[in-house]
Amino acid sequence: MSRKAMTGNGAIALALKQVDPDVMSAYPITPQTEIAQNYAQFVADGAVKTEYIAVESEHSAMSAAIGSCAAGARTITATSSQGFALMWEMLFIAASLRLPITMPVITRALSGPINIHCDHSDSMGGRDCGWIQLYGEDAQEGYDNAIQAFRIAEHADVRLPVMTMIDGFIISGAIGPLEVLQDAQVKQFVGEFEPLHPLLDVANPVTVGAFDSLGGWYFEHKVTQNQAMARAMQVIEDVGREYGELTGRPYSHFKTHMIEDAEIVLVAIGSAAGNVKTMVDKLRAQGKKVGLLKVRTFRPFPTEQIRAALSGARVIGVMDRSDSFGAQGGPLFTEIRSAMFEAEPRPQIFNFIYGLGGRDLFPDDIEGAVALLEKAAAGEEVAQTRHYLNVREG
Amino acid sequence: MSKKWNFEDIATWGPGRHEPGATIPDSGTADEYETGGWRTDRPVRDREKCNDCMICFFGCPDSAIIVEEGRMAAIDLRHCKGCGICAQVCPRDAIEMRNEIEARKEEEEEE
Repeated sequence: MSRKAMTGNGAIALALKQVDPDVMSAYPITPQTEIAQNYAQFVADGAVKTEYIAVESEHSAMSAAIGSCAAGARTITATSSQGFALMWEMLFIAASLRLPITMPVITRALSGPINIHCDHSDSMGGRDCGWIQLYGEDAQEGYDNAIQAFRIAEHADVRLPVMTMIDGFIISGAIGPLEVLQDAQVKQFVGEFEPLHPLLDVANPVTVGAFDSLGGWYFEHKVTQNQAMARAMQVIEDVGREYGELTGRPYSHFKTHMIEDAEIVLVAIGSAAGNVKTMVDKLRAQGKKVGLLKVRTFRPFPTEQIRAALSGARVIGVMDRSDSFGAQGGPLFTEIRSAMFEAEPRPQIFNFIYGLGGRDLFPDDIEGAVALLEKAAAGEEVAQTRHYLNVREG
Repeated sequence: MSKKWNFEDIATWGPGRHEPGATIPDSGTADEYETGGWRTDRPVRDREKCNDCMICFFGCPDSAIIVEEGRMAAIDLRHCKGCGICAQVCPRDAIEMRNEIEARKEEEEEE
């Protein structure tokens, strides 16, 4: 293991290079990130054996990835923002064909108005497309998740595509410390790809993507997708534990900080979890019983585990970096509140939307959120459920 | 019936019996699935006029021209959608598009 200073993009590109998959298909122009750019350089330098397909759009990137993976190749792509949105219809097809494609996503805002900065509108919008979703806090988690994604996606019990997220610019473009495995360690950890029913196995021909309409088995096939998602829960934990044995950094579905005796718990996802953790430490020093739960696995959603972890909290504040227009709250909020419906006693739960379009999240914003949660904990009436942090008023 | 894949009782299959991704462990299965049901016009070939030039074979988008020993043997009505391309491209006007319902009635009367 060695220690480097790298951007989030650089860290993820390095992880992919160490895996050296068979095929990468990617759109080479903005909103693409340096992940694809760096990887193209690795290919040009002969540092990897990967076949690199530069396509004309993200719709084509995902289409090519689907064809490549169905043919039997270990396949990756990468995207961000509008590119993710353009992939949309193919994302569902990759998942329903049960193709273990892996894809880092640099989470950024969706237009309009035009904005290229960080929020989770892109990946959260794709939360129901059938992909496993893992969110990382920093470059290290982006690197670690990108490697584990192969093992999770390709596991015989799962066979689903996996996307791994880090926050655009805040993490993707900022330089941070990174513990790097040796190439051989990564290759040994991910192992050889064993495709299931590959199209290029001409001795055993198969049909992929057949018509499955009314009178067919579409419904049954959708049920199998959800069963695979349910089985992925255990696989994600097992792979995370094994990765921990290798690196000293074990992974599970979420991480907690000071929640054992916490009356107030903030739930966060992505880079903001680091800001919240710092604030939790500060408030703890003032004697306030505050804690943090950082979500890593968003799909499948670890309902029971999160309910158990949050069972001691009296008031919960859920922080969403994307809004859900016309819904009861942001995507993380609706999951957490639904999970806590069966908790006894049921805590009060509030939603804090922050950081849309790259808006900064300041320590004061988090402190303000905690102050509001303290009011609720003290029995004061708090009128609204959904609150916006650092938004101009008037 | 497919040789490699036993799906006789597939009508009763629940989620546990299907291959991941709905992959069919066999190829060419479209041959077993009748898709000619929505045809409104049917191509009828005049054997006298046809000289087996096979232009209809190249024109057919549904592989519904049956070829046997280099000759245009018949039209596969289980897969023909009645698009009429074969009648259009035939240089000898040997294929006529006829109303499907009337053609069926005539068939039944002949039987």
